[in-house]
Amino acid sequence: MTGLSAIELEDVVKEYHSHGEVVQAVRGVTLGIEEGEFFSLLGPSGCGKTTTMRMIAGFEAPTKGVVRLHGQDVTGVPPNKRDINMVFQSYALFPHLSVWDNVAFGLRQRRTPKEEIDRRVGEMLEIVDLAERGRRMPRQLSGGQQQRVALARALVNRPRALLLDEPLGALDLKLRQAMQIELKRIQREVGITFVYVTHDQGEALTMSDRIAVMNDGVVEQLAGPREIYERPASAFVAGFIGTSNLLSGSATGGELAIGGGRVLVPGHDGDVTVTVRPEKITIGTDEPARDCSAVRGTVAEVVYLGTYNSYAVSLADGAEITVFQQNVHDATATAERGDSVWLSWRAQHSYVIGS
Amino acid sequence: MRRLTPYLLALPSWMWLAIFLVVPMVAMASVSLQTGNAIDGFAMTFSFSNYSDAIGRYSTQLARSLLYGALATVAMLVIGYPVAYFIAFKAGARKSMFLFLLLLPFFVSFVLRTISWNFLLSDNGILFGTLKDWGLLPDDFHVLATTFAVVGGLTYNFLPFMILPIYVALERVDPRVVEAAHDLYATRAAAFRRVVLPLSLPGVFAGVLMTFVPATADPINAAILGGRSNTMIGNIIQTEYLTNLDYPTASALSFTLMAVLLVGIFVYARALGTENVLEAAAR
Repeated sequence: MTGLSAIELEDVVKEYHSHGEVVQAVRGVTLGIEEGEFFSLLGPSGCGKTTTMRMIAGFEAPTKGVVRLHGQDVTGVPPNKRDINMVFQSYALFPHLSVWDNVAFGLRQRRTPKEEIDRRVGEMLEIVDLAERGRRMPRQLSGGQQQRVALARALVNRPRALLLDEPLGALDLKLRQAMQIELKRIQREVGITFVYVTHDQGEALTMSDRIAVMNDGVVEQLAGPREIYERPASAFVAGFIGTSNLLSGSATGGELAIGGGRVLVPGHDGDVTVTVRPEKITIGTDEPARDCSAVRGTVAEVVYLGTYNSYAVSLADGAEITVFQQNVHDATATAERGDSVWLSWRAQHSYVIGS
Repeated sequence: MRRLTPYLLALPSWMWLAIFLVVPMVAMASVSLQTGNAIDGFAMTFSFSNYSDAIGRYSTQLARSLLYGALATVAMLVIGYPVAYFIAFKAGARKSMFLFLLLLPFFVSFVLRTISWNFLLSDNGILFGTLKDWGLLPDDFHVLATTFAVVGGLTYNFLPFMILPIYVALERVDPRVVEAAHDLYATRAAAFRRVVLPLSLPGVFAGVLMTFVPATADPINAAILGGRSNTMIGNIIQTEYLTNLDYPTASALSFTLMAVLLVGIFVYARALGTENVLEAAAR
């Protein structure tokens, strides 16, 4: 790794004891988060992402392994002595303190001079657009406003890294999308490292510089959003990020015979699993050109989804393939249920998992 | 009919309150202003001097009751808060066991429990008698019939009523809010002082009310554990009613005690800013 990572985890393990059994929530995670990066920990619930974040924050002590912040080993350091702050799921605002006092809490604990507190809290409330709401109590605010107070309360301390635990989970869709853009803007403005925990792959793809996809206590893949989407490292990642078609079989001569057609896998022989994204596939009635992957099937279901149609196509060998086709021309479907169709995609859109 | 339903449903409890609270109160208020004696009967004379006479005669016991009630309340707070804190945050899976233990004394009558304390603390009883035999205590050492014994008895008997409301308030404190305080550089002590304590104040308020009022008015502890110099206002009221049959004086003292307690509660609520506190807790 070049330079000094903002946050480094080295073979971190977290075990819990529950009903006399040892449960491993995190099973050996090693990763480095760069300074100023928007980094996401993505995975389904129970994958260990929140535990990993809580170990970075200092709320949990790792059973094994080392946590480093800016090169310093902080494995045994309590959260109040770490130069990072956290935005909690459901915010955890102090219900008995006003918005202003909530935001000023960290500065007061650090014995910051009063004039400086007044100036910084005022500026911060300005940034999150709550300057007029300083005297309100948290329960008098909407969900989106509470969210911004939580953000201000953490950022006002100018931490070297900010941890966010599913901070948008409680908001409705429109507000979520607005806040995603807002968060990204604030991160660019303050220029500090953001570590973002989420189970929402869309959110992670939109905002992150890099994503660690976690499953069952380990990191399955650590890469940029494009890489993770286009070149999933495992079947789990392929299935978890977006919709994905998985085709398995034995390849000979760089071709996989499947469903009355072929899938081109240049340079591969033997057992392979191929993933292809639904939007890369073209659906049609004419037999496609030889240089494409092409399979035959019967349309089992057509779902109209506004901007696109989703087709479920059954292949002769029983496998089912999902195809998205944009509604570019008109609202009528290209194929109807029961139609016999050709599915085709370009060779570079088949990605052999694990290659 | 629809609109009357809620009122009809509330009717039994209103009747209950009317018969068992309002009627006796009115009757007692009336008795407190009457003169006469138990043999010839009492007559309404609007004798407000009943109050000044009673207060003049028993001001010492009245003041002592307030003092004992206050001392016991402070003792209960000092003992009870840590216990409630422990059950709420540290007891883990054994939480319900501790709550059950807290309620266990209620399976034995209040009076019996107090008498057993008398038995334990008696001058030549199982505890002090033995210690005196071994020469570990001077022969004239005693605990019974002291302020300590009465306040101790009150503290023991009403302690659960202090612990339970504080426990309920602490139990409702979101652990993540405490974590947020740590995250914002608060030490354990600071997180307690700035977050946990303020959020538990409604429970403290309720606990103090639920213990100070009955402890101040209690006659049992002073009667069983106290001596002649520990008489409380509850004992006086009891004696005036049941022994001296001086109903007007007893009634006047009862109302005086009630008034003093109500004023006390009001001042206390004002001082603590209950509205703010309760509002914060209502979230």
